[in-house]
Amino acid sequence: MATNDKQPRKLCLIASKGSLDMAYPPLILANSARMTGIETHIFFTFWGLDIITKKKMNNLNVATVGNPSMHPWFHIPTWLGAIPGMSAAASWMMRKEIDKLDFPPVGEFVEMLVDAGAHIYGCKMSMDMMKLTKEDLVDGAEVLGAMEFMEISEGAQIIFV
Amino acid sequence: MSDILATVKFDSEGFMVDPNAWTPEIGKAIAAREGLELTDRHWVVINYARSEFKAKGQSPTLRAITKNTDVNTKEIYALFPGGPAKMAAKIAGLGKPTGCI
Repeated sequence: MATNDKQPRKLCLIASKGSLDMAYPPLILANSARMTGIETHIFFTFWGLDIITKKKMNNLNVATVGNPSMHPWFHIPTWLGAIPGMSAAASWMMRKEIDKLDFPPVGEFVEMLVDAGAHIYGCKMSMDMMKLTKEDLVDGAEVLGAMEFMEISEGAQIIFV
Repeated sequence: MSDILATVKFDSEGFMVDPNAWTPEIGKAIAAREGLELTDRHWVVINYARSEFKAKGQSPTLRAITKNTDVNTKEIYALFPGGPAKMAAKIAGLGKPTGCI
């Protein structure tokens, strides 16, 4: 308080990817922001909606084909990644590693963010396209159009994931 | 109230330089300076953070606090407005937390 007379920070994240590896970055950034008292909004759009969709949030997978990060980390060459079950195995491995770092599974993480006061939005247009309603989303999520998100994000720092 | 803080060394962000110099009275005075009056529930968090620091040499993550005490996420944010991670560590006389969870 003593030295900080700047405008309060505000962070807006746009989460557009729904794979296991791409679900965590926006969640971790949002959590760090809330822990330090920064107002936080996350707009989940397109595949990112899976992160806050009750039926999908705990079953996200990591792609073993067409994912350039796979090779150095898991040592899975692309041709091997196409074998059935490979994606499930890699996802299982990644969940284990995430747990070791004491990061909660995606569903629990999102609920924690809601409790922490982060604002969670589902993109209305993507939801219409995927035939989702507010009831399909995690409790505490709101449905929002992109233009309304523009209004909310005024003056904020915006990060697209 | 702030007399007690006159002899305590703080860094530029208001975290105690020497966590071992902390006493509950200093904790109360830091909280008062931040505009907080400590309740039993605050002390659950502070005592846990202190004991973790003693055992492991670093302040616990917020997740560790909510997992290992009966203070849940919602409550800890209500107890320490303006960022529970920083605020709790500050009052407990610990360094700035570096974890991201």
